[in-house]
Amino acid sequence: MSFQISVEKLSKQYRIGLANRHSTLRESLIGLMTLSFLRANAHEETIWALQNVSFSIKRGEAVGIIGRNGAGKSTLLKILSRITNPTCGIVAVDGKVASLLEVGTGFHQELTGRENIYLNGSILGMAKKEVDRKLDAIVEFSGVAKFLDTPIKRYSSGMRLRLGFAVAAHLDPDILIVDEVLAVGDAEFQKKCLNTMENLRGGARTVLFVSHNLAAVENLCERCIWIDGGQIRMDGETRSVIEAYMGSVSGAGTVSSELEDVPNRRGSGKVRYRAVEFISPERNAARFIRAGDPVVMRFHYEAAESIPSASFGFRMYTDMGTLVTDTSTSHHGIHVPLEAGKAYLDLEIDCLNLLPAKYTLSLWLTDMDGVEVYDNLEHAVTLEVEASNIYQSGKVIDSRLGIVFFPQKWNLAGISGRAEQLTASLVSPGRS
Amino acid sequence: MKPASWMRQGSASELWHYRELLYFFAWREIKLRYRQAALGVAWAVIQPLFNMIMFALLFGRLAGMPSDGIPYPIFCFCALVPWTYFSTVLGLASNSLVSNESLLTKVYFPRVLLPAGTALAGLLDFVIGSLLLVCLMFYYHVRLSWALLFSPLVILVMVLLTVGVSMLMAAANVRYRDVRYALPFLIQIWLFATPIIYPATMIPARYRPILALNPCWGVVDAFRACLFPNLPIDFRLIGASIGVTLVVFVAGAYYFHKAERSFADVI
Repeated sequence: MSFQISVEKLSKQYRIGLANRHSTLRESLIGLMTLSFLRANAHEETIWALQNVSFSIKRGEAVGIIGRNGAGKSTLLKILSRITNPTCGIVAVDGKVASLLEVGTGFHQELTGRENIYLNGSILGMAKKEVDRKLDAIVEFSGVAKFLDTPIKRYSSGMRLRLGFAVAAHLDPDILIVDEVLAVGDAEFQKKCLNTMENLRGGARTVLFVSHNLAAVENLCERCIWIDGGQIRMDGETRSVIEAYMGSVSGAGTVSSELEDVPNRRGSGKVRYRAVEFISPERNAARFIRAGDPVVMRFHYEAAESIPSASFGFRMYTDMGTLVTDTSTSHHGIHVPLEAGKAYLDLEIDCLNLLPAKYTLSLWLTDMDGVEVYDNLEHAVTLEVEASNIYQSGKVIDSRLGIVFFPQKWNLAGISGRAEQLTASLVSPGRS
Repeated sequence: MKPASWMRQGSASELWHYRELLYFFAWREIKLRYRQAALGVAWAVIQPLFNMIMFALLFGRLAGMPSDGIPYPIFCFCALVPWTYFSTVLGLASNSLVSNESLLTKVYFPRVLLPAGTALAGLLDFVIGSLLLVCLMFYYHVRLSWALLFSPLVILVMVLLTVGVSMLMAAANVRYRDVRYALPFLIQIWLFATPIIYPATMIPARYRPILALNPCWGVVDAFRACLFPNLPIDFRLIGASIGVTLVVFVAGAYYFHKAERSFADVI
């Protein structure tokens, strides 16, 4: 069999509760008396979580599954890991499956770390002998050796997570199904998990990986399936699928912050900001910009009269309120003459070196000396920066590692045994 | 190419493959049952003993209940041991699926292992109760007879019956939480409908055929007969109980298997 997972015309229907079945008490009582609650109800509303999904995955392939919340990704994983049954369609899986839809499934607060390793391992399909054999490795990976015989209710959430992933990382399945388990945990630990998953891949294991961390998907999977509204929207090489997905998330046309109706703005009003657009040259106007992308910020304004020399500027803050930067045309020594009417001004950024997070912008518009304020809006615009493969390493680089990153390169040319010379050259300038 | 992954849900080979998990579920239950209780495992002795003392005082002393010529405390306790197993396991197992919702929605395993694990764990309490019973029999100078050899068969029927009813209730509870509220009443009625605190001789002859359909009667009756030489084994009664037990077990397994497919969706 060349395919390890083969899915044909898979559909899954969910009942989403009863749609206003009994509107009056009398009807409810009649319903109760006729035992209608015991019958399958025709009024039940249903939705298709998955519809007509077909694909197949070869042995050793690593496939990412992306899509918006509620697109059907989790339902697909649940069907593949046999937790729920499809409404119709055929699923064929060849091999031992381990599915990690949650870290530490079945952990019990009252049991000790050691006991939970055995229980969790057993639930995930490990034989007791296997756990016996791998216990030391699991304990070492988790880093909770000191607390092994302490009930895990005394553990921090981080320790519990580490323990859970330690067990999961030592499963030895043919097919590994992972759902968003890396969304939690500190950066250090996420790195460790991703490394472990990469090692898993080295062992020619088939991996299905659902995540919102597109950088991780990009690094881990050569193929990617994009699910949208319960159907496969795109299936192909990871990079192109992610590009297409990102494009759709931002939506076509103008996605911008409209500013005309913002209350509480200060200033004389001779010139007003109308809107701010973020334009990514590779895509259309986008609310989501990826870290490291080139981006154009377009400031739309309307001037009531012509002004010989104005200054446009903004301050950018993190969502914690830290000032990231304050920049303006006057800092650049640029005079902007304005004519009455509507127009726009562009700020071009070659590489948006912000780490993924949410930022807010305060805008201002003054005369060249900053004496007369025409317009001033505090925290009026939000910019969301999405994760991307910043250093082309697939490592998760996110807001825990700071606010900005610099375009940079490590140069290893000097590491090959010329240390002595280097020291000499460092010392010599001081002497001469 | 391991067969483990795509075995038919609920098939015998799959259950065999997952037998270690059954053991782990039972182990978890035993570990957890008396954790953070000062008296710990002693509760396994105290609970049935206390029941027995209460019934002995209430019915034996106050009401002067006849007991087939056996001292009332031991007459009562001897039936309470299997009954306690049945009612306790039934109560816990019926909630075993609902209370493990996170497991049901996050990982695959044969669902029947949850109620079955409870039934397995309950056997520990049963053994402790039985040891206590042996002590009481020494105290009352009751001599054992060859009929004791039947007891493994009776215990097997007891376990099958318990697992059968538990599967039915546990699966129904997933869809209709009414089970949780109705069950305590059912268990109480069942206790009084079974000759546990009173002798079977008190049952009017015309009701006997109907009450014989209660498999608990057969089990309790046979369990007593195994221990007391002066009580003959009623083969017709235990035969009827075995028949009903098998029907209940098959029906329970069938309903569970049918319902199992949608557990994760409706829970």
